[in-house]
Amino acid sequence: MTDTVTPGARTKTSLLATDAKTKKRNAAEARFRVYGLTATLLAIVALVVLMASILGNGLSAFKQTYVTLSIELPEAKLDKSGTRDIEVMKKVTTLGYTPLLKDAMERTMAGHDIAIEGLSAKEAAEMISKEAAATLRDQVLANPDLVGQTIDLRVLVNGRIDGYFKGRVDREIAALDQNVSPEQLDLADALRDAGLMETVFNWAFLTAPDASDQRPEAAGLGVAILGSIYMMIVVLVLALPIGVAAAIYLEEFAPKNRWTDLIEVNISNLAAVPSIVFGILGLAIFINFVGLRASAPIVGGLVLTLMTLPRIIIPARAALKAVPPSIRDAALGVGASKMQSVFHHVLPLAAPGILTGLIIGLSQALGETAPLLLIGMVAFVREYPAAWSPENGLFGEPSTALPVQVYNWTQRADPAFVERASGAIIVLLVFLLVMNAAAVILRRRFERRW
Amino acid sequence: MTLPLFVLLLLVVAASAYVAARARATASVGGDRRKLTSLPNSYGLNAAFAAAIPALGLIVVWLLLGRVSTQTEIFAFFRPLAERPQLLIAISALLAVGGFAYGIARATPGFRARIAAERWILVLLISAASVAILTTLGIILSMLFETANFFGKYSWTEFFFGLTWSPDFRGNSQLGLLPLLWGTLYISLVALLVSVPVGLLAAIYMSEYANPRFRSFAKPAIEVLAGIPTIVYGLFALITVGPVLRDWFAIPMGLGESGSSVMTAGLVMGVMLIPFVSSLSDDIINSVPQSLRDGSLGLGATPSETIRRVVLPAALPGIVGAVLLAASRAIGETMIVVLGAGAAAAQFKEGIGEVVNPFQAMTTITVKIVSQLTGDTDFAAPETLVAFALGLTLFVFTLGLNVLALYIVRKYREQYE
Repeated sequence: MTDTVTPGARTKTSLLATDAKTKKRNAAEARFRVYGLTATLLAIVALVVLMASILGNGLSAFKQTYVTLSIELPEAKLDKSGTRDIEVMKKVTTLGYTPLLKDAMERTMAGHDIAIEGLSAKEAAEMISKEAAATLRDQVLANPDLVGQTIDLRVLVNGRIDGYFKGRVDREIAALDQNVSPEQLDLADALRDAGLMETVFNWAFLTAPDASDQRPEAAGLGVAILGSIYMMIVVLVLALPIGVAAAIYLEEFAPKNRWTDLIEVNISNLAAVPSIVFGILGLAIFINFVGLRASAPIVGGLVLTLMTLPRIIIPARAALKAVPPSIRDAALGVGASKMQSVFHHVLPLAAPGILTGLIIGLSQALGETAPLLLIGMVAFVREYPAAWSPENGLFGEPSTALPVQVYNWTQRADPAFVERASGAIIVLLVFLLVMNAAAVILRRRFERRW
Repeated sequence: MTLPLFVLLLLVVAASAYVAARARATASVGGDRRKLTSLPNSYGLNAAFAAAIPALGLIVVWLLLGRVSTQTEIFAFFRPLAERPQLLIAISALLAVGGFAYGIARATPGFRARIAAERWILVLLISAASVAILTTLGIILSMLFETANFFGKYSWTEFFFGLTWSPDFRGNSQLGLLPLLWGTLYISLVALLVSVPVGLLAAIYMSEYANPRFRSFAKPAIEVLAGIPTIVYGLFALITVGPVLRDWFAIPMGLGESGSSVMTAGLVMGVMLIPFVSSLSDDIINSVPQSLRDGSLGLGATPSETIRRVVLPAALPGIVGAVLLAASRAIGETMIVVLGAGAAAAQFKEGIGEVVNPFQAMTTITVKIVSQLTGDTDFAAPETLVAFALGLTLFVFTLGLNVLALYIVRKYREQYE
């Protein structure tokens, strides 16, 4: 018998040669892979661009340009009585100090043989920040013996000149800008060459309070950081015990009934409620109803606590659930009560997981902005808030917060505030990085798998 | 005596009750702890809780009632009491002393102090769990009252069906919801069009194709996106994405000259949602059993065919749920739209072209809540109160989406075991 091949019934195929259909399928496979890779890379590129944009705009906020002037402090102007009495000297306002800076600028230029054609003394003096007079006044009031002497003082230059050293302002822009002229930039160059004008690390950015619209060079994050720390303390003190207690009850004790179901559904829904709704809650309940003061860190802390609670309870429950039942059984078996088995055995074993969830919840609270806008934390605050004061109570003094300060600065007209806002975000991201790193370390080091 | 001082004193009383009850229980059996039914600590705890909890509870309820009675007529009978804090201190001092006496009296060998003490702890645990209920109640009540106020001053039909949003604090405002709702939905749609395909494909690639080395670097990178606060995305939209879109797309195409636009906010919000969609889809894809994949591959399907014809259909309900959750996030997002979308409401009167132009500045519900409630606000004016109505609308919307998402996931979930 011989095999008969019926020709034409089906096409010949071979494992060695791919036919058209297989090619098509393989091409589809390759395409799909490329789509997936592209999507992943797109996400990563978005992250890189985001970071580059923030760092590129914000890193220069950590540098600031100062000019060193030799300032004469005439007794006739600053202390007419000659008694060096602080109360008398306080009557001279910052306006009284401004002319001294103008004279100082002229004298400094003369002392170093710097002359710029077409630059009036007024324009030269305008290069000094409006904040400088206040700095000088504080300096003199802190040390009245300086009156009558000539001192060398390092003061801020204005935002445009600072921008020139950071590459934000050049001569073309200066020619068009009313606030700065090319001659001023020439003077800035000359002062830099004389070693009088320099750019140094900007500690004031981290410690100084906010400054008004006209003086971006003086604006700092001091009040905002303090306010954020106060709020985090409130959140920590309230959310940790309440969150852990709620998680323990729901996971270990709650009987299966309507009330427990209601609480559970509630918590998962609260975790998904938009944060701004919590701001409305804070405004309506804590400020309008209870009568707490707007822009106080205590109100912000309470609002953030309510917002963070479900986000702490959910991981805390997961951590409790991950502790194997054998631990509970063993404790009960040797005569512990249910309560003792939970508090002596289950809770310590779940602690790393609970703490990880807590830290992540706190870091979300730290970056939250929208609810704080509604409870008045956008206010312009220059006084460092005290943690406690007799008239305002605990954390009751007006304050602002890091993310809100960012928002605040984006609403200002001067382009120098873009740099400040990005710099503030870098500070915020550093805080978040530290907190998340702590959470990762905690998880890696202490979390047990059964 | 002031209230904070009294609360501190209560804590001192509780601590001394602990010490006293413990000492009395030990003394009653002559120092032989084996003769006690419970550990000495339990007697102490029971006494401390009995002294502190009822007194503190009374203070909380009293202050709350006092506050409520001054604001509404419901508890008007309470008003005279609320004005006398000394009375409150006296009553709760009485409660504390009573609890103290009870705790000490019960420090006898036969009393099952552990059970009593644990009952107090359970009360504390239950009240902590109930904070969630109180929060929801607070949210709903705070918005409901002010919304009712608002509808007393402004017609509800004009709010829900009005086509114009132009608030004017001098009166004669038009506060129509529809322009804001349109802006919200439009921006959310753009965000979902970005985040759903990218997030889903990234999740698929990560779980089915990527080698471990690539995954160990790409997965945390995408998760970092999830940890970035929204204000950072907002600033990114304002200073980078907005100007780029304006200069490279909107102006050359003649579609507008605004840096803040639907596209700006939508794109950036899409980036924000990528990790959200991708981590949810990742969980869902991983929950599809390996046997389904093996079966499909064994029949000769390529990996992509397996994913498209087997894994995705099996994971579909979960993915739909994830998309709905992402939509609820997008609708409630505030900072990105505040900084990226603009403040001008959609102008239906200008024609449909203006309203669907993605490079046009457009505002959303959340932006208007912020703008109506910040700065100088007058809580009698409908222009301020409208924010509460907007908030309630937003709350109902997002809640509905969440519930729908959970329902879909539960109802259509495949059971494999």
